[in-house]
Amino acid sequence: MSTPFYVSPQQAMADRAEYARKGIARGRSLAVMQYADGIVFVGENPSRALHKFSEIYDRIGFAAAGKYNEYENLRIGGVRYADLRGYTYDRDDVTARGLANVYAQTLGTIFSSAAEKPYEVELVVAEVGETPEGDQIYRLPHDGSIVDEHGSVAVGGNSEQISTFLDQRHRDGMSLAEALKLAVQALSRDTNGGEREIPAERLEVAVLDRTRPQKRKFKRIVGGQLSRLLAANGATTEAESADDPEE
Amino acid sequence: MEANTRGTGRLPAAFLTPGSSSFMDFLSDHQPELLPGKRTLPPVQGVIEAPHGTTIVAVTFPGGVVLAGDRRATMGNVIAQRDIEKVFPADEHSAVGIAGTAGLAVEMVKLFQLELEHFEKVEGAQLSLEGKANRLSTMIRSNLGMAMQGLAVVPLFAGYDLDRERGRIFSYDVTGGRSEEHNFAATGSGSVFARGAMKKLFRDDLTEEEATTLVVQALYDAADDDSATGGPDVARRIYPIITVITDDGFRRLTEQEASELSRAVLQRRLEEPDGPRAALL
Repeated sequence: MSTPFYVSPQQAMADRAEYARKGIARGRSLAVMQYADGIVFVGENPSRALHKFSEIYDRIGFAAAGKYNEYENLRIGGVRYADLRGYTYDRDDVTARGLANVYAQTLGTIFSSAAEKPYEVELVVAEVGETPEGDQIYRLPHDGSIVDEHGSVAVGGNSEQISTFLDQRHRDGMSLAEALKLAVQALSRDTNGGEREIPAERLEVAVLDRTRPQKRKFKRIVGGQLSRLLAANGATTEAESADDPEE
Repeated sequence: MEANTRGTGRLPAAFLTPGSSSFMDFLSDHQPELLPGKRTLPPVQGVIEAPHGTTIVAVTFPGGVVLAGDRRATMGNVIAQRDIEKVFPADEHSAVGIAGTAGLAVEMVKLFQLELEHFEKVEGAQLSLEGKANRLSTMIRSNLGMAMQGLAVVPLFAGYDLDRERGRIFSYDVTGGRSEEHNFAATGSGSVFARGAMKKLFRDDLTEEEATTLVVQALYDAADDDSATGGPDVARRIYPIITVITDDGFRRLTEQEASELSRAVLQRRLEEPDGPRAALL
């Protein structure tokens, strides 16, 4: 056992942050945006089985970029937290703010504990309100901070560039098709400014739709419905309803 | 540990432990005192008086299943509640109706709904109908201690089996033993009379609407002969809860629909108090 040499706390933290950031940058980016009837999650994901987006509770959705096993762990922890809270109190007492807080505490503790390696994940927790003003989107970087976002947010490898692109073009009250197309446009830009095509089968899309009659507002958009939305020319069409019976 | 579900500290290790997709398993690891089955009753003399729910009936038809229940809860010979709800959606494609100790039953249903939803969220897929029926068995079994002291819960579980493409019914006994019922089933104190009625009225080519009429007839006959089962209460506009499950999912008939069905049955009973006549041979 050799004598460990001294590393300043600043340096140690900077190293850990860089480690986490590099891990997250290896993951594919995803975008979360508000649209007229709710919140849409869009990401490039070649896998049909391993999801980046998931339902946590009635009005709360989850998105993550980075290392799969780590965010999957946090996702299940979140589902357990939400279900236990709803069972102990009432369904209305489960909020995105509470969940984001728990995630921040968890990520922060792991990040600053010398015994564990930092998690290489960046999360988004979103809650759809009764009206667009009630929508909440929280971004949770690897270090336990919380950023309260409005309109649109991107996380993952190329997120800064994508965020800037979305911020410039996102408007409140977009239709689902418009929001989806904007997100796909943003995700298909390379770091060097070029564009590439992301085919529909490589997209993972889900919504929290406030107009759904069920109390659970999360829904994946797949297959024919996704193709129709991508083909819609911005005008409101039949395909725009997120409650398409086709699964 | 306690504070973590109520406060906003770090998620405890139990939350981040991979493994089970069952909410009940997670609870028994993390906060077992929240599970209904973990309670022990102090020894008491005689029967504990608590409101009891009574009759639940179910019938299959091509394309789905109907589950319905009356609205009465009794405590001894007193009507404890006139408009109790005993039929609940379990998830998108199944429902559960409960006879027995009302308070425990409602809690059991709440946990059962949560168990199914939790599994679906963690796994990204629904449990099979058999799997759901088995989870309910486990929950009833955990209530055995209470059941022995007179606080039994006896549910009827009905759902649409997406794999076999038909409605199915499962009945249970107090020990959690389950058996699949064919065509129709009933549970609770009025169930003997309801079953007799359904036996005479059931056909295997019922439409959805005929199946809903059949359960109203069966509940009427149960209320006719069992004092713990309530008939349709026209004065207070309290009608049976009727639910239909098809491949489209779970649907509860609106108050308007239930009222029209009940009034139609009632109207005929004013002329024929014993209900429809079956052929002798």
